[in-house]
Amino acid sequence: MPIDLSSLKFGDELLKRGFAKMTKGGVIMDVTTAEQAKIAEKAGAVSVMALERVPADIRASGGVARMADPMKIREIMDAVSIPVMAKVRIGHLSEGYVLQELGVDMLDESEVLTPADPFFHLYKRELKVPVVCGARTLPEAVRRIFEGAAMIRTKGEAGTGNIIEAMRHIRMVNEGIAVLSEIGNDELKRAATQISRSYFNLRKAVSSDLLGNEDSLGDFRLYYGMSGEKLESEILKILKEIRRLKRLPVVNFAAGGVATPSDGALMMKMGLDGVFVGSGIFKSKDPARMASAVVEAVENYEDYKLIGEVSSNIEGMAGIDIDEIPENMKLQQRGW
Amino acid sequence: MIVGIVGFQGDVQEHINSLKAAGKSRGIQVRQIRRPDDMNGISGIVIPGGESTTIYKLLNTYRIYDLIKMECKSGMPVMGTCAGLILISKDTGDPRVNGMGILNATVTRNAYGRQKESFMGEITVNSIGKMVVPFIRAPKIVNADEDSIIGKYGDEPVMLRKGNVLGLTFHPELTDDLRIHGMFLEMVEGEGYISTGE
Repeated sequence: MPIDLSSLKFGDELLKRGFAKMTKGGVIMDVTTAEQAKIAEKAGAVSVMALERVPADIRASGGVARMADPMKIREIMDAVSIPVMAKVRIGHLSEGYVLQELGVDMLDESEVLTPADPFFHLYKRELKVPVVCGARTLPEAVRRIFEGAAMIRTKGEAGTGNIIEAMRHIRMVNEGIAVLSEIGNDELKRAATQISRSYFNLRKAVSSDLLGNEDSLGDFRLYYGMSGEKLESEILKILKEIRRLKRLPVVNFAAGGVATPSDGALMMKMGLDGVFVGSGIFKSKDPARMASAVVEAVENYEDYKLIGEVSSNIEGMAGIDIDEIPENMKLQQRGW
Repeated sequence: MIVGIVGFQGDVQEHINSLKAAGKSRGIQVRQIRRPDDMNGISGIVIPGGESTTIYKLLNTYRIYDLIKMECKSGMPVMGTCAGLILISKDTGDPRVNGMGILNATVTRNAYGRQKESFMGEITVNSIGKMVVPFIRAPKIVNADEDSIIGKYGDEPVMLRKGNVLGLTFHPELTDDLRIHGMFLEMVEGEGYISTGE
């Protein structure tokens, strides 16, 4: 047999990012039952996200939202041939490994669930399966990519059926990328320093608690054995790559508030590679038709006649005005 | 010459990049195929990796499925990678995706398992030699004409060629290795086919 290449690092990263690339141009749908998963697959979804409750219901019910029941996820995996994703709490490495072991094809380290770690997001390089993470801004996206995310999505505001926050986040990321191409190398270095700051939070808190000042505990092993210097140099490398590519080096999807075919088309028009639809499908009147309509609109995002046709007489979810949600109830505030 | 690529879904851009790089000295143009009219004047077509159920549905919705089948049966070169191989094969054993029957092979979807079973593998390809390529939720060729097998991973067939048809279970387009795209472009040039799109 050929030499064992699975241990090679480049291979892991290529396989994880490669998996994400296979979803490009597609729609990933939230489902809570095997039946819904089959509807999504038939409508042309490239993947489904297996959940116990869609974000709109998680939002309504409150409490601690955790990884879905493995039995539920297995039911959904058995029902369809397309890849199945599942959500893991921010920083909950054990949930991540449980889902990986179960056979979930991609994890979503999601702000829709209650975060498990106040200091660090998952160290995603350690997992064999790819992980997608939400981001509101370029620095957030860069941090997630540094940690090993194989795919980025906007956070948007999940469960609202309101596209404004996803729009805000993709504009923020795109503008960040535009700025990178206009600044010099010194400023790029400054950005790397700025972006790596949040990894110092734990050490600073302990330093301040123990010694009364934030800077006394040195600079070693801040995050998974990496020094501040190492963090900054890796982040700088990612920034340079983004500047060269004029886009993120991983697949970038829209999520959080996509509720109609036109919403999907708008996200594609903004340069995103595909869309997640959470509550928008199965909170609509006719999920099978809505699912097909969103797929067609995303595939043909500039064919406005067609989008008009597929949008006719389908009723989207009611939705929530973002201004009516108190700041501390916004899911996008989770993570950093 | 213009090479088409089914442009609905999957790693379309990666194929475009590989085709352009491999075809630089050959003056190859690449065009995305999303509607029947797009087929006019192309000399070969690529069906990329992605979700075979999704691509299958959209090929049918926009009435390209039968068109590709017809053109390829009358000699237009075609390359299918992963999902693309499933779509050109004769038998998928899965009612969710019907193969076009352009390539006489039985192909089983996701045969290695789920994403955690995806791997980098060293393969041997006739007239190319050894390559290291990614297999991502890859299908397996469980039955094929012996003389069509041109690439193997260990003892398993992973790449088939029969006349104008090329099918692979893996993704050369995710690597910098352009040799397989080069091989396909040679087939396109050799055939000199021009589709009428009818």
